[in-house]
Amino acid sequence: MNASLDFDPAICASCKTCDCLMRCQYMTFDLPEAKKEKARINSGKNSRVLTECATCYACEEYCPNGNHPFYLIVERQEEKGFLPSPAPITHQQILMMKPRGTLTPMKVKAPVIDLCYFPMLTGSIREPLYENPSIIVGSDLFCNIMWLHFARNSVIREQLPRVIDNIWHYYLRDSHVHELICFHDECYATFSHLAPAFNIQVPFKPVHVFEYISNRLDVLKKRIKPIHARVAYQRPCSNRLIPETQHWVDDIFTKIGVERVARTYDRENALCCGQVLRAHQREELADDIQNRNLEDMKATGAIYCVFNCPACMATLAEPAAEKGLFPIHLSDLCQLALEGNAPKG
Amino acid sequence: MKQLYDTLLKIVGAGFVSDAREERYIYSMDPGTMPACEPDIVVLPGNTDEVQKIVQAANRYRVPLVPLGAGLVLSGLSRALKGGIVMDMKRMNRILEINEMSRYALVEAGTSQGMLQAHLRKHFPSLKHSAPDAPPAATVAGNICIHGSGHMSHAGGFHSDMLNGLEVVLPTGEIARLGSCATSPYWFARAPLPDLAGLFLGWAGTTGVVTKLSIKLYPNYPLNDVSVFVCENASMMPNILYQITGTQIAEDVTTWMTPKPDWAAGFFHCNVNYGAKTKQELIWKRNLIRSAVENYIDDKTGGFLPLPGMMKQRFLDVPARQLSLFADVRKGGGFEYVGAIMPVALFPQAYELGLDIADRRGVSYSMGCRVIGVNHSMMFFYAYAFNRADPADVKRAQDALEETNKKVLGLGGIPWKAEAPAQKEILRQMDPHMVDLMNRIRTMMDPQHIMNPGNWEDDR
Repeated sequence: MNASLDFDPAICASCKTCDCLMRCQYMTFDLPEAKKEKARINSGKNSRVLTECATCYACEEYCPNGNHPFYLIVERQEEKGFLPSPAPITHQQILMMKPRGTLTPMKVKAPVIDLCYFPMLTGSIREPLYENPSIIVGSDLFCNIMWLHFARNSVIREQLPRVIDNIWHYYLRDSHVHELICFHDECYATFSHLAPAFNIQVPFKPVHVFEYISNRLDVLKKRIKPIHARVAYQRPCSNRLIPETQHWVDDIFTKIGVERVARTYDRENALCCGQVLRAHQREELADDIQNRNLEDMKATGAIYCVFNCPACMATLAEPAAEKGLFPIHLSDLCQLALEGNAPKG
Repeated sequence: MKQLYDTLLKIVGAGFVSDAREERYIYSMDPGTMPACEPDIVVLPGNTDEVQKIVQAANRYRVPLVPLGAGLVLSGLSRALKGGIVMDMKRMNRILEINEMSRYALVEAGTSQGMLQAHLRKHFPSLKHSAPDAPPAATVAGNICIHGSGHMSHAGGFHSDMLNGLEVVLPTGEIARLGSCATSPYWFARAPLPDLAGLFLGWAGTTGVVTKLSIKLYPNYPLNDVSVFVCENASMMPNILYQITGTQIAEDVTTWMTPKPDWAAGFFHCNVNYGAKTKQELIWKRNLIRSAVENYIDDKTGGFLPLPGMMKQRFLDVPARQLSLFADVRKGGGFEYVGAIMPVALFPQAYELGLDIADRRGVSYSMGCRVIGVNHSMMFFYAYAFNRADPADVKRAQDALEETNKKVLGLGGIPWKAEAPAQKEILRQMDPHMVDLMNRIRTMMDPQHIMNPGNWEDDR
């Protein structure tokens, strides 16, 4: 399959602000240079953007026209062989994450929670927050969006249709379930944003776990024991593709009685967790943004550092704890509110 | 044998000598592929005086005497090839002195790696010794005597290079001290005296019995990290190791190549372990190591794995635990490897050699190396797992090991802690004047040839 990217150069040509590059947190431009570099990217010429891009996905959010500037950067990186990571790192990651072909058809019942590749998250899916869920997980369900960090749209094009097909045919179709709850921002972003941008059809309705949790907290309202703590939220890169889901994070925090602290590096100014930059061998930049990010969290007096992305959590949990912050997954924080045993800090 | 048994009983007391069949069976083998050789008697001395008396008794009865640490050498060096006594040193496991300022430990020969490691962690947390990737039961003395290597070998060389001095019972029964302890109450160095410690290093227990030894200790940093470099081309590895070791920042530099899991096949991983007192120092060291291989990073042919902290722990364990998982990959508990000491420049050929043998013989393999010193040499290992309950599988691994030994010699490497058959291969290739000198030394030291006979024996 060679799904084409939904991109219109005419939109960029008429764009006055070039927000995609002007608002970049990792490269600086003045407006004429930004327009010039963007034009070079669009026309398939070399650009410093192709080698300096941190692959944070943010320009997908910044573009006011939804013209997929980041997906195009990745497209051009791959076309021109500008590898963000050394080849062996990319090759090994592709092997590590490849589908194993081990699925067997299984009857499921709604709600069906998709844990992507990560069975270690299964422990988070428990009562009372999740009510009789079916859990699906494994290499054959890996959403493959991570290849945006490695200049490998080709892997996405090859694997994503299979993944969608696996979910539909092995689980949802014959169970007459049409909604898939995505535990990870990456999966929801893949099915709701990336797939349409690449004109890949998705036969089921992706539902973000935020929406599911928010609704469940309404149902379980009487059981909630407000946590009364300040929390710093680590917004992951994949949420840049689905900013419309952010209000649920605020809703959830309000419902469990925590305050999402206002800080420099949250929301549209969120910083990458740093792990991708380490894969790109940009250690010093990774150190810098991790340090700025965590210092920013700490300065707000936050008690908890809350994650939704398992990769962000694996990367930042230990350094956050070293700073005195309590690292926790958003779903688990909600469970603590329902169980009434949240540490007060 | 009855008279000898009674004599030994008098020396060590009841409970520490046995000629029971089950005891002799247990002491007849190690976890490697070498065939079992039962001793006649097993004895466990409790101190140097008892060792001396046992040696004197062996001389009196002209019975072979085989000193044994934990019996984990894998190449069968402590099997009683010609019967006689196996002398298990494990009761002599006292840690006699830790000299913090001079950074050395004085231990008895039966002290295990795990005991010393635990003792230092508890009482001297700022110090550590260079632990090998052996089970914690392996003895410090055994590993020194076989020219072992471990987690400080990039910084400090072979473990035998970390030896400060020895107390030994000679084959004729005298007790001798070698190194600074021969003339000083301190066991701080082998220099500046004539260095006789070499008479007991690499000799497979054929020149006497080590009863005490002093080894160098090193700073144990509160913060430790590992950077794992990966590339896809064996020919790049010598220079990568040369550049990384050239920084002299790391404590340990090792490589690993394995066909399983699938994502590891065909990749060359280089673990660079280092420690520091502060986070700032740790980052500084990481950056220096990184800068040493920047050209590979820049041309995208190699780079460091992006491992979050939780995934690094397996590479920071001392000893490395994942080796024990490979050891049982075929089930049945059989594991042996050829460790070949050779120049780092031979890495690509050494790797190809291992691949070829594993492919042809259908054995499960894992390969890798530990750099010794500042790229001065490496211990390149070919590990073969086998099912001990399956004689055909044992034979397959044995044949692979034998072929590996021969090919390694052909490359210009030398099999490490070589099995008795491999020792003969080495002797055949050795300068004949060195062989003669070895024989003369051995005859002079052990006129009755009681010490671990069958090892380093010249067939000419």
